[in-house]
Amino acid sequence: MAKSILVVEDEPNIVLSLQFLMKKAGFDVRVARDGDEALAAVESKAPDLILLDVMIPKRDGYDVCQTIRANPAWGSIYIIMLTAKGREVDREKGIALGANDYVTKPFSTRDLTDKVKQLLDNAGL
Amino acid sequence: MTGSAALPAWLIIAASFGYVFLLFAIAYWGDRRAAAGRTMVANPWIYALSIAVYCTAWTFYGSVGRAASGGIEFLTIYIGPTLMFALGWVVLRKMIRISKVNRITSIADFISSRYGKSHLLGGLVTIIAVVGIMPYISLQLKAVAASFVVLLHYPEVGAPDASSVLPLFGDTALWIAALMALFAILFGTRHIDATEHHQGLVAAIAFESVVKLVAFVSVGLFVTFGMFDGFGDLFSRAASLPDTARLLTLEPVTDWIPFTLLSMLTIICLPRQFQVSVVENVDEEHLNKALWLFPLYLLLINIFVLPIALAGLLHFRAGGVDADTFVLALPMAQQQPALALLAFVGGLSAATGMVIVETVALSTMICNDLVMPMLLRFAWLQLAERRDLSGLLLGIRRGAICFILLIGYLYFRLIGESYALVSIGLMSFAAAAQFAPALILGMYWKGASRHGALAGISAGFLLWTYTLLLPSFARSGWLPESFIDAGPFGIALLQPYALFGMDGLGPTAHSLFWSLLANVGAFAAVSLLDRQSTIERIQSTLFVEVFQHAGNAAAALLHHTVSLPELRSLAERFLGRERTEEVLNEYAVRRGIDLNSSALADGELVQFVERRLAGAIGAASARVMVASTIKGEGVGVEEIMQILDETSQVLEYSRQLEQKSRALENATAELKAANERLTELDRLKDDFLSTVTHELRTPLTSIRSFSEILHDSPDLDIAERQHFLTIVIRESERLTRLINQVLDLTKIETGRMKWQITDVNLGEIIHQSVVSLRGLFEERQIAIETALPPDIPLIRADRDQLIQLVINLLSNAQKFSPAGTGRVCVGLTKAEGTVAVRVADNGPGIPANEHEKIFEKFHQVRAGRTGNPMGSGLGLAICRGIVEHLGGQIWVESEPGHGATFIFTVPLATGPSHAFGTKDELAGT
Repeated sequence: MAKSILVVEDEPNIVLSLQFLMKKAGFDVRVARDGDEALAAVESKAPDLILLDVMIPKRDGYDVCQTIRANPAWGSIYIIMLTAKGREVDREKGIALGANDYVTKPFSTRDLTDKVKQLLDNAGL
Repeated sequence: MTGSAALPAWLIIAASFGYVFLLFAIAYWGDRRAAAGRTMVANPWIYALSIAVYCTAWTFYGSVGRAASGGIEFLTIYIGPTLMFALGWVVLRKMIRISKVNRITSIADFISSRYGKSHLLGGLVTIIAVVGIMPYISLQLKAVAASFVVLLHYPEVGAPDASSVLPLFGDTALWIAALMALFAILFGTRHIDATEHHQGLVAAIAFESVVKLVAFVSVGLFVTFGMFDGFGDLFSRAASLPDTARLLTLEPVTDWIPFTLLSMLTIICLPRQFQVSVVENVDEEHLNKALWLFPLYLLLINIFVLPIALAGLLHFRAGGVDADTFVLALPMAQQQPALALLAFVGGLSAATGMVIVETVALSTMICNDLVMPMLLRFAWLQLAERRDLSGLLLGIRRGAICFILLIGYLYFRLIGESYALVSIGLMSFAAAAQFAPALILGMYWKGASRHGALAGISAGFLLWTYTLLLPSFARSGWLPESFIDAGPFGIALLQPYALFGMDGLGPTAHSLFWSLLANVGAFAAVSLLDRQSTIERIQSTLFVEVFQHAGNAAAALLHHTVSLPELRSLAERFLGRERTEEVLNEYAVRRGIDLNSSALADGELVQFVERRLAGAIGAASARVMVASTIKGEGVGVEEIMQILDETSQVLEYSRQLEQKSRALENATAELKAANERLTELDRLKDDFLSTVTHELRTPLTSIRSFSEILHDSPDLDIAERQHFLTIVIRESERLTRLINQVLDLTKIETGRMKWQITDVNLGEIIHQSVVSLRGLFEERQIAIETALPPDIPLIRADRDQLIQLVINLLSNAQKFSPAGTGRVCVGLTKAEGTVAVRVADNGPGIPANEHEKIFEKFHQVRAGRTGNPMGSGLGLAICRGIVEHLGGQIWVESEPGHGATFIFTVPLATGPSHAFGTKDELAGT
């Protein structure tokens, strides 16, 4: 069974590119456009991995990450944070809140795909 | 000798001597008690009674004489002091405080000290006091001698002939004078320090005040109730005779006011009054009792003056009895030897009290303010080098006492015979009054100067001499009588009793008027023109502000340190070894320090010793002596000036420092504020950069992602490839636009934007903007209409920027208006001096809390619809930058659900605006 990925991003063109990349890598992809939508999607069916943008409407990515990590039932969900904020503090904050990785925009599509695959393949072993 | 055995001469003499020895005993007892620490004068009653030394033999005998000729006019001499104590007590209190603080020894010392410790002034005051008071002392001798002769003739009442030869005892006045000198020497010069209280002497004086009051009142009671049936009987009988009735009427006497003024001044200016009320005062609180007790005393002693005068006139109607002797003559005529003897003793006590206190006071002045300064000046005497001067000081004072009494006696022998008691007394009063301006003004007017005081006192004294003293010589035959009647050399204007044609006043009032006028005039004029020396300024402040200054801080500044042994030897020379030791110990105990452990005397100790020395030799001499001790650097005026200059320099420097530190504080505060602003700016810049970075990264992410996808996915179909390439191109355009906007905004904000300001027609601008966006509007089927008046005034603006502004607003409106039903309206209105452009849409509207924020950089309104790029978030910020640069304003009016209207204003280029035009609607297609 294919692993599922939730893409949380409000910028339509980036959503489109991520959708394309993840589908091409063989994952199921769902999309949420803001923080609330993201949490609703997780509740309805927990994904294996979340590509989480930080700057999203309603609840930002940090908030979503924190909420998911607060629920032990969702402990196995991998989270990769995406952000256009390139500062070191933002990265540290993301890791501290429980993200598994942190990717700065603009990113290399190959690197991102490798990271996702690596995380999900290890989980599968 | 004609006296009967009822009152033999030996009895009178025995009574006199007995009385005088009683005084000695009281004084001795008082000093003994003081030495044992049980002081008697720490008693307000004793203090108040001692002030009654004011009532002399002149009061005792002379008042009756004056009442017998002038009625109740004699009272003026007692109204003045009463007024001074009742109303002018603040002056007295200040005098006492000043004298205590500065250890003043006499009125001469007071005036000299006030005016810069001037030797010249002290000497002048002393000379005037001695010359002026001399007649007064001789008056006492005359009174005692005359009363003795009168009593000696008992029971025969006749005109006394004082010059009659007294075979048994020779000259009574001489004996009396000698006894008084002895008393004054014994009890007035016991101590070196003249400021130390003569407790025995004061006790004796207070006792004398009681004796003279009892004696006078006894005679009065006897006369009023023994010879007559009380006051009523006496006055009604007097009223029945024209001679005595005249005395009962209150005639408007021109001399009343001058006499009252005169006695007001003398109660503080007479050396003996200064002595008892100021120098001998042990406690300032005692003044409070004296304020009413002394006036009461004056009232009591004056009650019977008029009755005795009237009784005398009625009884000795035939004449032949001097009214000055009524107090004695009436008891004698009534065969009352005991009462007559009591009256004699009363007169004797009045006279001795005055003479003793006066000579003690004058001898201190002569010694401290006249002789010592002169002796110290003669270098060949080498006084300043002598080891012990305390003996010399006492010797000088004792000599001065003998000298004063001898001169007083001679004056009495040579001049006194020709004058009535009252006239002599008034002459002295007028002389003492010359000190009043310098004394009183000196306590309240800082500007009163040494030269002013010298000029005033000299002028007053000269006029006193001319209008009172010289005429008294003329009366005595030393000068031709024509000097009085016709004036010197026959110049009528210069008549001493009617100077410059001024007559109508008695001689004393006349003299007082001219002398005080000259005195005050010269004093004030010279003081105003004069420039005070530094020491004068210091002293004037110390005197005038005595209640403000707790200590003598200013003066302490004037001393450098002196070696203690030197200071000790200086003090020993004047105070004696024992007394010096006491003084230094007192200082050490008071300060709680051990003097033996220090070799240097600080300024305060120097000051302390100088005050003690001032008590012994006067302020001016003490100043010289202490200054001479400070080797190589006498405390001269120059040095004082230098010290003061340094002080003021330090003050100036510290003021500058203070200013600088205040400036520094301000600078620090400014720096802090600037730093805060910078930090804030830095934070804003940081935020801006971070936001710009974020906004740049977003399109860049799409571009890179799709480029890589296109590159890595050769199997993409044509439509997908086309779609992804379109995204890359759009995102690239977005990136370009964003970069341009950031650059524009930065240029506007930093003022580096190049503005091409010309006359611009807003209508044309709006038209062009609408045209350029028409395609966009048509694409989403949004209506656009314009409402422009026909005559649109020109404005001064940059055309391209203005077009960008309108396009920004229109594209925003288009963006937020619903497709198909959207409707945007552009209007233009003119108001006072400005043109307003309104861009209204029917979009979702903007909540009130966003109205301000939307003009901030990167603040993006997230509309309900997503999927459409919302723009950079810089458009409205740029709009605001343009409008504000053109001097206008931009704002939004909106309610959520009811669309939004953006309005901006631009000031008109020229003149007032025209009337509104008609509305012209252009329907967008």
